Amino acid sequence: MNASTGHAMFGETPPVRRKLRQEALAQWVFGAMAAAMIVPLLLIVGYLVVRAAPSLNLEFLLEVPKRGMTEGGIWPAFVGTLYLVFLSLAFSAPIGILAAVYLNEYARDNWFNRVINLAVINLAGVPSIVHALFGLGAFVYAARFGYSIISASLTLAIMTLPVIIAATREALASVPRSFREACWNVGATRWQTIWAVVLPNSISGILTGIILEVSRAAGETAPVMFTGVVFFKAVERGDLFPYYLNEQCMALSMHLYTISTQVPGVKESIPFATAIVLLALVLMVNAAAISLRVYLRSRKKW
Amino acid sequence: MVNVPAIEKHIEVTGLRLSYGMKEVLHGISFDIRRHEILGVIGPAQSGKTSLLRCINRTIEFTPGTHVSGTITVDGEDVRKVRDVYALRRKIGMVAPLPVGLPLSIRENVALAPRSAGLTRKGDLDAIVEQCLRQAALWDEVKDRLDSLGTKLSGGQQQRLTIARALSHQPEILCLDEFSIAIDPVTTMRIEEVLKELRHHMTIILVTNLTQQARRLADRTMFLWKGEIVELDTTDVIFSAKPTDPRTRDYVEGVFG
Amino acid sequence: MTEPNSATPAPPAFAVRAAKRAAWAVVGEKILEALVYLCGFSAIVFVLGIFLFVFKEAFPILANDNFSLTQFLFSPEWYPTSEVNKRYGVFAMIAGTCSVTVLAMVIAVPFGLGAAIYISEFCGHKTREILKIVIEFLAAVPSVVWGFIGLTVMSRLIVQYTGAPVGVNMLNGGIILALMCVPIIVSISEDALKAVPDSYREAAIALGVTRWQLVWRVLLPAAKNGLLAAVLLGVGRGVGETMAVLMATGHAVHIPNSVFDSVRTLTANIASELGEAPAGSDHYRVLFLIGVLLFTLTFAVNLIADTIVRGIRRK
Repeated sequence: MNASTGHAMFGETPPVRRKLRQEALAQWVFGAMAAAMIVPLLLIVGYLVVRAAPSLNLEFLLEVPKRGMTEGGIWPAFVGTLYLVFLSLAFSAPIGILAAVYLNEYARDNWFNRVINLAVINLAGVPSIVHALFGLGAFVYAARFGYSIISASLTLAIMTLPVIIAATREALASVPRSFREACWNVGATRWQTIWAVVLPNSISGILTGIILEVSRAAGETAPVMFTGVVFFKAVERGDLFPYYLNEQCMALSMHLYTISTQVPGVKESIPFATAIVLLALVLMVNAAAISLRVYLRSRKKW
Repeated sequence: MVNVPAIEKHIEVTGLRLSYGMKEVLHGISFDIRRHEILGVIGPAQSGKTSLLRCINRTIEFTPGTHVSGTITVDGEDVRKVRDVYALRRKIGMVAPLPVGLPLSIRENVALAPRSAGLTRKGDLDAIVEQCLRQAALWDEVKDRLDSLGTKLSGGQQQRLTIARALSHQPEILCLDEFSIAIDPVTTMRIEEVLKELRHHMTIILVTNLTQQARRLADRTMFLWKGEIVELDTTDVIFSAKPTDPRTRDYVEGVFG
Repeated sequence: MTEPNSATPAPPAFAVRAAKRAAWAVVGEKILEALVYLCGFSAIVFVLGIFLFVFKEAFPILANDNFSLTQFLFSPEWYPTSEVNKRYGVFAMIAGTCSVTVLAMVIAVPFGLGAAIYISEFCGHKTREILKIVIEFLAAVPSVVWGFIGLTVMSRLIVQYTGAPVGVNMLNGGIILALMCVPIIVSISEDALKAVPDSYREAAIALGVTRWQLVWRVLLPAAKNGLLAAVLLGVGRGVGETMAVLMATGHAVHIPNSVFDSVRTLTANIASELGEAPAGSDHYRVLFLIGVLLFTLTFAVNLIADTIVRGIRRK
């Protein structure tokens, strides 16, 4: 209790001071490493926005590219991306959710299901350009869909399947086992248990997975560039339904690649603005996923 | 269905062995349970009490790596050969140690079983919900908020909700697995009153870690230890000064080492 | 509820057990469960399908007498469109892929680990949440945007500060790739650090070590398998990345001598030439063969990383 004895016992002797210094240094060093990835990113995004500023307006979004894509806007690419994203979602969401239900609720721990797990992990690891080759071989040629929105979105769907599977599995696994046992004990079948208790309580995680799939699909370039996306396609300004599903379309990601590497003489701010639109689209979708997660976590039911 | 002779065997277990992987937890136990009796099962943790219950309603199958041998018959029918396992489970009410209010409304918590069984008329469901909640001594507390979440109830209420759910499929057998572990003494006493009422309608297996609870309620008591039955006799004998096996006395008196 | 008569009409005895589920419900459940199984198995079908289709397109070139696999793997000469002297050697691109990936790892691993350590051991709850969200955002940036950043921002910086003649080169690709790999490395390493039991930390702190010593002598050794897996997954991502390296590394097919040389990776090579190779030509088939090579490579890397990660979880 005596302050002076306390000081004598636990005071700052030189070795203690050295330790404190070391501690502060460690915190500072690791903090700096964390900052080293974030600060440049913010600076870069800021730079992109500044360079893009002259073109960033609603007109840019709604206008079609003009004069050999050196002027005008990005409407056809924007709509094309929406087409690809939603079509691929229509394929991958049901398959991915059901696959996750299988893996988490039905699969026993045997070699066959270990192989399935391995397949999911590898599906996530296959390079995007290999997915493109697969899409070209399987959908464009073998299935005779040709270069089309269908081929491209199927390729995207298979590529983004692991995203949904992983998110859904995590959500399903977070439902306590005791809930399932309570249902089984009253004679509910496996599916009734899943339907009544498991799925309603993992819906938020599943939604997060779907949103992340959207963000992933919107940004991908390689898998679509050889399966159904073209450099240029003439479309009316602001037209919401410019494409048939068996036609090729434009996509934002591909458009950014094209105008920044393949087309000479593009008005300077256009590629920057395209990059910002794509980036903003993807980050906004991700932000939606994060806020949904935070919101639903705050009103958890158990 | 009533007026059956009290001696009739409702459940018969013969040479039941259960192993999780390499580890055997029940070493070939045999006993029977008579219709409309309360069988108390006492024994220290890890002696296989919960596993025994899970063998009876076959939810043990959901745990990977288990191996069961021996037979269990309910009403003379081998549970491992029944064709409709869901009907079997509906014959048996099961109450887990920790209260499980499902994240559904109170009404749906209780209506879950009849609904799964295929009962869809709202009138029937409401009647069953009310009856079961009354039986579980919960009706008066929740009758005005049947649509609020079952998980929002207090621990004791949730345990009674669990019992109501276990009763909702009108079982012939009610298994209670250490139901008082997470609730206060007052609620425990209320549920014990409920059980005394229910025993007229069904067979009850009461697994408990409170030996005195078995003494208060059970007709016969079984002392299970390390996967073997040490002794099974009427409760009076088990709790008398000299049961057959000295280990029983030691455990009952709390000097078990 | 407005049910008029909810005052205990005792339900008919054994109403529940007499109840039968509607036929459509039973059949519907069977169908849905069949669908669940089907979808569960689909992952295998897709992975096999990917390998088979890519391999099928590549196979004829393997059967071709003029083609030698040794030359394909070990010759740096890539002249697919030459009239007189076609050469399909991808060694230079293998070197390109390896060098860019290694460079990216050299940059990303220390920073990724450092950030993971900071997130899991040093910062407060609030900072941790924010950092995790930022890392999620970092992971979400599309690769074509990274490529664009490399092409415009990074290349300018490189030219300005290093005096290199061109900004799109191995260094540029390495930095961009590093930024892309960091989120994976951070999140997996953070999981690995979290998996170290708190008792280790408490024991060490009770001995009076500083947090620096704690990290260096206790956490890193205890989490080393997980960290290895994190690095491997980063490598997998680096090898497979296409658009960013396509735009940021320049296009010269040759074995790089310094970090300022421009290189071409296996992935970028497919992306840049597939459009021009006529379907069914030797050139086209060789590009698919590169795909088979990439598939095998990433398959192996992911397999090893997964084995390590599962080993940790089991503990």
